[in-house]
Amino acid sequence: MTQAQRRWIFLFAGTGLAAFYLWGLSGLPGFGNYPGPYGPAILQIAVAQTHATGVVSAVNFLYRGFDTVGEEFILFTAATGVAVVLRHLRGERDRSAVDEAADRDVPRTSSAVRMVALVFAGPGIVVGWWLASHAQTNPSGGFQGGVVLASAFVLVYLAGEFLVFQRVSPVDLLDVVEGVGAGGFAATGLTAVFLSMPFMSDWLGLGQYPGAVSSSGTIALISFFVGLEVAAAFILIVGELLEQTLLIRQEAS
Amino acid sequence: MAIFPFVVVVWILGIGLYGIVTSRHLVHQIVCLIVVQSSTYVLLLGVGYVTGAVAPYYFDVPNHTPAVDPVVQALALTDVVVEAAVTALLLSFAIQAHKRFGTLDPHELASLKG
Repeated sequence: MTQAQRRWIFLFAGTGLAAFYLWGLSGLPGFGNYPGPYGPAILQIAVAQTHATGVVSAVNFLYRGFDTVGEEFILFTAATGVAVVLRHLRGERDRSAVDEAADRDVPRTSSAVRMVALVFAGPGIVVGWWLASHAQTNPSGGFQGGVVLASAFVLVYLAGEFLVFQRVSPVDLLDVVEGVGAGGFAATGLTAVFLSMPFMSDWLGLGQYPGAVSSSGTIALISFFVGLEVAAAFILIVGELLEQTLLIRQEAS
Repeated sequence: MAIFPFVVVVWILGIGLYGIVTSRHLVHQIVCLIVVQSSTYVLLLGVGYVTGAVAPYYFDVPNHTPAVDPVVQALALTDVVVEAAVTALLLSFAIQAHKRFGTLDPHELASLKG
């Protein structure tokens, strides 16, 4: 198929899509007039029922917690998939970029980059931890906190070398952390079943009052587990991708 | 103005699809897929928006203040996570395709098969 033919098919299909979409738009209630039953219903009961002032977290980790387990395992599977797809192929071996060119050194990281990266790595870990452990009160949660935690480790790579990055985030440890995160989430849900309650319902107690960090029971616990899982998964994915460009070389034939 | 956000949605979707159709580079194609997916964020948040409402967080506003729909916001969060996972997987496929075939042009890759 030529490029021009593709464009014509796209134009034809795109026109059809636009026509149906505009037709569908005419039946919508309009921006800002959301009529749906679920949002208002949850907003009515969420704070009293869960003691979580962050209703989005309550939805994610309680009301549709079962879905979120699935979502968590999508990420888990993707990290595993990246590791499998990027495994060492035949005829490949580890070799640092340093000895690729004998006549020149790898340029050193500039001291400005090192400085900024190191200055932000520590606060990154603190902020990531804070986000992962405050899902029940503020706009935060395990997913956001995990990504911020992972970026703190990527900053370590920026400031130093890949080998340093590997030393501060060993793959074996990350595998364990990822497993504990994903398994902990599922186990928290299943514990409710063993206590003769519906899957994923709260068994920790709601704490004293809405908005306290110690309140909202399993929502906070699950968010913490999600934070572990997301941070480990992203560090693993970034590590695999970096390894491809920095370490793995074709064997000279 | 009542449908403007939804027109933006289909515009983002359209340019993303056009990029995928005409792309000559796998990484560019993956970025176009991200553009397509970002139209769903605008759609979800546009659907759940309520005029004059606050964010669904009752930490410092009184309980039962009208708020935007928390369900679609949670869905948008799921969307972002899945997008990141899919992108990572697709990029690693692109790396292996380049190693194996020495090209990242989808047209050349199609003719190399077999």
